[in-house]
Amino acid sequence: MDSAQIDPIIEKHRGKPGDLIRVLMEIQHENHWLPREVLHKVAEVLEIPFSRVLRIATLYKTFSLTPKGRNEVHVCNGISCHLRGAKQVMEAVERATGVKAGETDAHWRFSVESGTCLGTCSIGPEVIVNGAHHARMTPAKVADLLKRYP
Amino acid sequence: MTRLHSAAELEQLRAAILSSRDPAKPCIAVCAGAACHGLDSLRVANAFQREVEALGPAAGVEVRVTGCHGYCEKGPNVVVGPAQVCYFEVKPEDVPEIVESTLKGEVVERLVYKHPATGEKAVHMSEVPFYKHQTRLLMGDNTRIDPMRIDDYLAVGGYAALAKALFQMTPDQLVDEVKRANLRGRGGGGFPAGLKWETAKNAPGDERYVIVNGHEGEPGAFMDRALFTGNPHKVLEGLVIGAFAIGSHRGFIYTRHDSPQLVKHIEQALAQAQEYGLLGDDILGSGFDFHVELHFDVGIFVSGESSALMRSIEGLPPEPRPKYIRTSVAGIRDKPSNLNNVETWANVPQIISRGADWYAGIGTEGSKGTKLVSLSGNVVDSGVLEVPMGTPLRKIVYDIGGGAAGGKSVKAVHFGGPMGGSIPVHLIDAPLDFDELAKLGAPVGAGGLLVMDEDTDMVEVARYFLEWLTKESCGKCVPCREGMWQTMKVLEGITKGKGKSGDIARLEDLNDVTGAACLCALGKTAADPLRSMLRYFRPEYEAQIARGDHRGDEAVGSAAR
Repeated sequence: MDSAQIDPIIEKHRGKPGDLIRVLMEIQHENHWLPREVLHKVAEVLEIPFSRVLRIATLYKTFSLTPKGRNEVHVCNGISCHLRGAKQVMEAVERATGVKAGETDAHWRFSVESGTCLGTCSIGPEVIVNGAHHARMTPAKVADLLKRYP
Repeated sequence: MTRLHSAAELEQLRAAILSSRDPAKPCIAVCAGAACHGLDSLRVANAFQREVEALGPAAGVEVRVTGCHGYCEKGPNVVVGPAQVCYFEVKPEDVPEIVESTLKGEVVERLVYKHPATGEKAVHMSEVPFYKHQTRLLMGDNTRIDPMRIDDYLAVGGYAALAKALFQMTPDQLVDEVKRANLRGRGGGGFPAGLKWETAKNAPGDERYVIVNGHEGEPGAFMDRALFTGNPHKVLEGLVIGAFAIGSHRGFIYTRHDSPQLVKHIEQALAQAQEYGLLGDDILGSGFDFHVELHFDVGIFVSGESSALMRSIEGLPPEPRPKYIRTSVAGIRDKPSNLNNVETWANVPQIISRGADWYAGIGTEGSKGTKLVSLSGNVVDSGVLEVPMGTPLRKIVYDIGGGAAGGKSVKAVHFGGPMGGSIPVHLIDAPLDFDELAKLGAPVGAGGLLVMDEDTDMVEVARYFLEWLTKESCGKCVPCREGMWQTMKVLEGITKGKGKSGDIARLEDLNDVTGAACLCALGKTAADPLRSMLRYFRPEYEAQIARGDHRGDEAVGSAAR
């Protein structure tokens, strides 16, 4: 964690309890996970009980309380992708990375998520790696795709 | 940018923008909507920009990076004006040829629409099957607007309705106009927007709020994002008019955090509207003040429910509350709060500028205007489309969507995602109408229409929706938290060949309890997909259960036992 990047984010919201979700979202986008000491800092600066910070941080699926791998692999599991074969794509991703949805491999290379619909149903099934969309995926294409992310 | 102090100054600015543009000159609109963006349409846009820059300004060709055109299946989409020539699946290497042909007034034949069966070509937007059956009142401007430039919105008549509302109408007249138009909420409930406005307007208290619900958490629904990302000012204009009508000086936009373009376009729209004096203090010199804040959902479906959404804006966990006092009376911080969906707000400017009578002339007896639909699943041509209310689903699925993909036949269509319902293909002549489809058990919801082909396992679809919902429940109501889980377990047993007789009765029991005993729509309607399937596809359930029953002693029974 680089506190030089995170501290200014928290400072912007000093004394504003209503900004809790916003500040956690900004830290998540910047740091990819929410370390416990950061949550303590958020509680202190926004003047909120730590228990409430933890409740919000554990409720929303976007927030992660554990570190993520270098590459975040998001396999869309929306209904349209599901009807078009997302399950088989997910199985191929699990085989290629050696981890299941929600897990990170021992070398911190991949974190795999079974993600919600991003509204790009027309080009599904989709695998999104580090925010980049890979459209019309098939199980056969998965291994080659993931090789591009060391 | 100069701040506008009156309606007259707005019209002067509009005239200046229009006089600097020549509508006869070619304009190349490159779609950067979610799907096209996912197909790397920005590389196509960059190629166009480089090509046109090399030609120099004398050539008079303009390149515009726009929001969603609608025909997502065939992205990246390019539309060349003024003749509206449509090119599909455009790659960066196609760009020089398109620019060259455009300058000569010719068409690149190999990139236009070709009918998959007949091979017949369609060059212009008005001839392409996907577009020609539509009435694009809300989406039509998307190809004409760069969402990052407010001037593009002004060029198509933007904010004229706001000026009319502020200077020629009273708040009461505005509420009355929306009531007479019978604009019904596009977010799922179909509640008349005018009545909601009236309740919020008349609720006791000095402070009241207006809210745009842009959560759109339902899988398979992507029309609100297409509209909001592609034309943010249309939604904003509707919101400011609504605020003036209701007497609100503070508004909230609640939307998704995971769509970077959407966030960027909304932030830019708010900043530009503020600079022009169309938002903020003393809007257009009228003395009316209105400020807007942007809030985000960070990943839970239930926060799209109105009372949960309002808790979330307060920074609290998004748990719904009972609604015997409506949120339009006591919402955010217990102040009257009027919440409408993105598409509902976007309908407001045209109702004010063209009148309630015009609007009420479109659609059916009970459902007026047009409806955005996101078409996906096992369909040839998916995307975002807009049709008048009352349009038969057959027209949407076959004429616009091209029927089931891969030469298969359509088995069912499903509306409303995990809280909607499926109807079999023999009912596909049903009209797109709030009341008619609710009667059939497939309420329009927000407008996500899913096509399911002959291979679809209806037990598996119901199981999928319940599995999805169990992860989205806030957990406050036991019947929702536990009931959905048990229902899912029974369905899981059936799909694994471990069904047993009595499962259907158990499912119906569970449906009755969750339907009756949950606080919010998530729990109340969680059983709706299953209900619709037990109504229309019961033999399929019975057959799968029988498969489990016949396994004799080896069968371990349903997982719920």
